[in-house]
Amino acid sequence: MNWFKYSSPQSFFPLAGKLALWFGALAAIACAAGLYIGFFVAPTDAQQGEAYRIIFIHVPAAWMSMFLYLVMAFWAGLGLAFNTRLSGMMASAIAPTGALFTFLALWTGSLWGKPTWGTWWVWDARLTSELILLFLYFGFMALQAAIDDPRRADKAGAVLALVGVVNIPIIYFSVKWWNTLHQGASVSLTKAPTMAATMLTGMAVMAFGFWFYSIAAALMRARCIMLERERASEWAVEYARGSA
Amino acid sequence: MMAALRCVIYRDVLLAVRRSSDVMTVLLFFVIVVSLFPLGVGPDPALLRTIAPGVIWVAALLASMLALHRIFASDHSDGALEQMLLGVTPLGMIVGAKVVAHWLVSGLPLVLISPVLALQFDFPQQFLWTLILSLALGTPVLSLIGAIGAALTLGLRGGGALLSLLVLPLYVPVLVIGAGAAEAAVSGLGGQAQLLLLGALLAFAAAFAPWAAAVALRISTE
Repeated sequence: MNWFKYSSPQSFFPLAGKLALWFGALAAIACAAGLYIGFFVAPTDAQQGEAYRIIFIHVPAAWMSMFLYLVMAFWAGLGLAFNTRLSGMMASAIAPTGALFTFLALWTGSLWGKPTWGTWWVWDARLTSELILLFLYFGFMALQAAIDDPRRADKAGAVLALVGVVNIPIIYFSVKWWNTLHQGASVSLTKAPTMAATMLTGMAVMAFGFWFYSIAAALMRARCIMLERERASEWAVEYARGSA
Repeated sequence: MMAALRCVIYRDVLLAVRRSSDVMTVLLFFVIVVSLFPLGVGPDPALLRTIAPGVIWVAALLASMLALHRIFASDHSDGALEQMLLGVTPLGMIVGAKVVAHWLVSGLPLVLISPVLALQFDFPQQFLWTLILSLALGTPVLSLIGAIGAALTLGLRGGGALLSLLVLPLYVPVLVIGAGAAEAAVSGLGGQAQLLLLGALLAFAAAFAPWAAAVALRISTE
């Protein structure tokens, strides 16, 4: 099997279209099932009441936000090491989805924090490092947007993403340490009572739903980037003519 | 090779000194930003004493960022940078030397003037050394990380604002640990742990940042 068959935009483009369709459908099913479990099947939490149900979106979004940065840095590093065109396109296609999930995690977190902690925002280590992760995504996208030459944009973004990956653990631990220095842990996310099995199931199903959504969205965006960059090539012209 | 590095450092420092208004601007910016805080939050000495390390650190961060684009910009515009890229000396070493020179003219003055500003905030005098040491160890890290950002944004439109967006999130650990050192010293915990961590960050950044910046320079100039 030729592993590099799909490393050219021309052969990856139709495959990405098919994959995006399938993963989109899977995402819709998993999200519907996960939300159903979350809102109708899972029992009401004894301490937090109904407000806790936001974790079915919040926790998977937070997982995806961190995971997607790693995936983005992986593609970026691959593109830098092997000089493959498609890797850079994948990295820039993933960034907006990652930023979206980071924002979603912060937003739902503060919606959950208001009824539970009584405040929209605390300078907790996790919240702060998630906020900085959002800034890192913004920096990556802003850098790529500022560079006109797509090859340079890919490589510059790759360097930034890799530097960011090295920094994320340092940022997390420094912020954690800073927080414990400044104030005692008035709120702790880790003291959550042992979770009912249905809650865990709902969260896992939602996580898969978000995962499939990320794949579908990234592939769709990668298709757009491919078309835009390869607009002079024969296959892109043919595709445009065929769909027009 | 060491001769080449000495040359780069000497040349960059000499260029900066010959145009000393640039150096002064950054220093004055630092002083003015720090002086604005009492005007904003009120002259209560107890409050000022608590916020002094944080204010000085944030201002140092902003001031050093303001000067970042100068590391490579003038060499880029007059073509000297291309000669350095073509030369036999490893680019990472040249970048390291340029960062050293940059810190000497933009970081060191901030470190030297910080005790005066700390006194304005009624910062306890016996802990001044911790503050100075934390700045002396931390500002080179800022220059090293900033060099990567400066190399990435070389010659781009909207470079300044973009550079801050890239670099400021990466400065967070230095800010947290640096400002923490003086605060820990004041609260009686002793700032040694933070100073050691800053030293570790400096060693780590000095080992890797010049090479990352060198890669970024090659990307930006190809």
